[in-house]
Amino acid sequence: MMAPLSHVLTLGAILFAISVVGIFLNRKNLIVLLMSIELMLLAVNMNFVAFSSYSGDPAGQIFVFFILTVAAAEAAIGLAILVTLFRNLRSIHVDDLDSLKG
Amino acid sequence: MDLSFPTLCFYLFSAILVFAGLRVITSRNPVHAVLHLVLAFFTSGMIWMLMQAEFLAIAIVLIYIGAVMVLFLFVVMMLDMNVDRMREGFWRYLPVGLVVAAIMVAEMAVVLNGHYFSGVTLQPSPLTDGSLSNTRELAKIIFTDYAYPFELASLILLVAMIAAVMLTHRRRESARRIDPAQQIAVKARDRLVIHSVAPEKADVVTSAQQEESAK
Repeated sequence: MMAPLSHVLTLGAILFAISVVGIFLNRKNLIVLLMSIELMLLAVNMNFVAFSSYSGDPAGQIFVFFILTVAAAEAAIGLAILVTLFRNLRSIHVDDLDSLKG
Repeated sequence: MDLSFPTLCFYLFSAILVFAGLRVITSRNPVHAVLHLVLAFFTSGMIWMLMQAEFLAIAIVLIYIGAVMVLFLFVVMMLDMNVDRMREGFWRYLPVGLVVAAIMVAEMAVVLNGHYFSGVTLQPSPLTDGSLSNTRELAKIIFTDYAYPFELASLILLVAMIAAVMLTHRRRESARRIDPAQQIAVKARDRLVIHSVAPEKADVVTSAQQEESAK
């Protein structure tokens, strides 16, 4: 006996909302922005696992596997870009990243 | 509503997960944020374990916490950040963010707890009748139905690896190094020169003649 499906999905929604708030609040901090995106992917994974488990279909868990792959690749490239930025500018503040004058 | 042990665990872990998520986005110190993110991933892994997704629960602990979060931690500790400047506009955007978040959660809760889902009394069911473990069950379909996406995933990881190396690789001008292409393209005649030297005729002087000349 476990909690009903809607509670698990609500937990996913709360996590997603937390990470959206994180993106709003930490607009100047690239590291926390990346972490908020990771948290957002975790919320999506939570929904996938919940549906997969409650409906007895393993395909949802395969999708979580692929999302984890993409999230790992995204984190690696994002952090590499961050390190390169820091090496060139000695700062990763968003306001300093204006060389494109956009 | 009965409160069995798994149900209690689920609500406890949910509370920990929400707390960790809030600390990720509000902590001043980025290292603390990463550590709370580790807590969030671990707790969600345990929730997945409760939902009988054992393979993913172990995978998120081993791969995500063991590799990706450690990478995050390394980068955060390596970079020198001005935290006070980073938190400009934190309080200014808090009301907007809270409103958006509250609307999103409320919409989702209304949909999920409405009458569409209220009739659904699904319980987490094992994927098979118990003859196969969760890992074996996933392996059976990932190597048959999802074999092509699986190989594409490996390609994505390869591209990410090459991109990360290309982005962070530093070419130092002072370093003395050999161009491998030049090294391979070299021929024997570039390195080895054969001179044909005319043989010299040395005067053959025997010891007897030496003695005669000495006299």
